[in-house]
Amino acid sequence: MKVLVPVKRVVDYNVKVRVKSDQTGVDIANVKMSMNPFDEIAVEEATRLKESGAATEVVAVSCGAQQAQETLRTAMAIGADRSVLVQTDVELQPLAVAKLLKALVDKEQPQLVILGKQAIDDDANQTGQMLAALLDWPQATFASKVEIAGDKAKVTREIDGGLETIELKLPAIVTTDLRLNEPRYVTLPNIMKAKKKPLDTVTPDELGVDVAPRLKTLKVTEPPVRSAGVVVADVAALVDKLKNEAKVV
Amino acid sequence: MSVLVIAEHDNAQLKGATLNVIAAAQKIGTDVHVLVAGAGIQAVAEQAAKAAGVSKVIAADGASLAEALAENVAAQVLALASSYSHILFPATANGKNVAPRVAAKLDVAQISDIISVESADTFTRPIYAGNAIATVQSQDAVKIITVRTTAFDPVAAEGGQATVESAAAVADSGLSSFVGRELAKSDRPELAGAAAVVSGGRGMGSAENFKILEPLADKLGAALGASRAAVDAGYAPNDWQVGQTGKIVAPQLYVAVGISGAIQHLAGMKDSKVIVAINKDAEAPIFGVADYGLVADLFQAVPELANAL
Repeated sequence: MKVLVPVKRVVDYNVKVRVKSDQTGVDIANVKMSMNPFDEIAVEEATRLKESGAATEVVAVSCGAQQAQETLRTAMAIGADRSVLVQTDVELQPLAVAKLLKALVDKEQPQLVILGKQAIDDDANQTGQMLAALLDWPQATFASKVEIAGDKAKVTREIDGGLETIELKLPAIVTTDLRLNEPRYVTLPNIMKAKKKPLDTVTPDELGVDVAPRLKTLKVTEPPVRSAGVVVADVAALVDKLKNEAKVV
Repeated sequence: MSVLVIAEHDNAQLKGATLNVIAAAQKIGTDVHVLVAGAGIQAVAEQAAKAAGVSKVIAADGASLAEALAENVAAQVLALASSYSHILFPATANGKNVAPRVAAKLDVAQISDIISVESADTFTRPIYAGNAIATVQSQDAVKIITVRTTAFDPVAAEGGQATVESAAAVADSGLSSFVGRELAKSDRPELAGAAAVVSGGRGMGSAENFKILEPLADKLGAALGASRAAVDAGYAPNDWQVGQTGKIVAPQLYVAVGISGAIQHLAGMKDSKVIVAINKDAEAPIFGVADYGLVADLFQAVPELANAL
C-alpha cells in the first residue's frame, strides 16, 4: 500500500508573527519556517505504517514556493521514500491545494492520504476534507489512532466531548490530531540520506489545475489588545476585585 | 437571500452552539432556515423551530444520518444547497468535519471560523493562532462558512415559531461506518459554552492535583479546562484542552491556574471577558493578558480562593 503525505512549510510555531504596517499580511520575511506540526505527525504515522509492514511506500508532497524543498527533505529524513514539489509562487488556498493533491493522487494511486488536521498559519482545517470530497473517498478527521486491516482502516477521532471510532473503506483520507503520535527527531545520518532521495518538481499547469485564489484578503490587522491588568497582593484582594470591580462572581 | 444553518445536536438535544450560528446568520440575511440532520430528531427539530429568528426548520430523519458521518451529512446538505446563498456550520468538531466537504463538492472556497460579518460577502477570521485578524471577501456564488460560536451572542432559545418541514434522508454512502463512541461524563457545564472556566496547566503537577480545582469550579459554576501541556502530560482528558488546537472559549471569567500562557493557549481564551491568572512565576506570559494576576503558590491560593468565594 502506498501512502501519500502532504506537508506544508509554515512559520515556526514558536514565532510570534507581526502584522505588516500596510495591513497586507503578516511579516514572514526572515522568520524561521518549519514543517507544520500536524504534518510532522502525519509523516511519522505514515513512516510507522511502513515500519509495521502495512505500507510499502511513503510519498511526501508539498505545494508552494521552491523553499518547500527543505520541508520535503525533512519529511524524507523522518522516513518518506521520495517526494514531489508542486512549485508555484501563487498564494495557494485550501481548495487549490486539494485540487493539486487530487491530480497527484490520480497519478500516484495511493491507498491512503494522511494530512495534518490544520496548518498553523491559515488555521483553515479544510484541505483533507476537500480532497476527500473531490476524490469521493471516505474521511476520518482529527485522528488519534489509526489501524489498517485488509482493505479497511479503523480510526479513532477526537470529537467534542470524547472519542469516536469509525471504519473507512480504503482508499481513504485521514487527518491527524496532536495525540496520534510523537514525531521522532531526525538524526544527522538520516538528514544526509534524505539528500539522496528523489525529489520531483511539477507545476500546477502540468497537473492541469487552476490555482487562482477564490477568497480575497482585503486586509490583515492586529487583534484588539487587552488593556494591562493588575497584580493583586493576595487572595482577599483578588476576591474583592472580582466581586466589586469586575462583578463576575 | 436565504441562509441555511446546520444544527449541532446529539439526536436528542439541540446544542447551544446552534443558537450562536443562527445569530451570525441573521447578520447576513433575514430568511434563516435550520437543517436538523440525524435519526429520531423530532424533538431537536421542535427545539430549533422555537429559536428566535428562524423561519423554517428542515428535518432530515434517517438511519444514514444517525452518527453524523461526514460523507452522509455532506450529501444531505448538498441536496438542499441550491436554494441558499450562504450555508453556515458551527466551528465544532462536527461542523469542521463536514463543511469543507460540502464546499469542495460545490467548487467554492470555505471561510473558516468567522468572528464577524462585515457584509454578505465579507467576513473577519483569526489567522496565526489569533495573532492576526484577516478580513476576507468571497467571490463565490455560495458561501460555505464555519462560525466561531463564542464570537456571536446566541439568539433566544424560545419565542420563535418556525414551520418544520421534512426532507428525505440521503442513502448511506457505504464508504464509512460507525464503530463506537466514548464520551467523557461530566455534570459540569460544557466547556465551549460555560460562563466561567477554571483551567489548569503543567504547574498542577499531576492528574491527582487537578482535583483541587474542583471546589473552585463548583463555587463558580465553572467548566474545567486545561492547557495542552497538562493534557499531553496526562493530567487532564483531551477534550478539556483550551487553545488553537483544542477548544476556543470566551467565558465571562477565565481562571488560569499554573498556566504559563503560550501563544497556542492564548489563542483559545484571550477573548474571555475577565482573565485571572494564578502562577508562582511573576514573569509568565499569562500575566500579559490577565486582568487580575496573583503571584502565588497555586496549592495554597486555589483552596483559599474557593473558601473565600
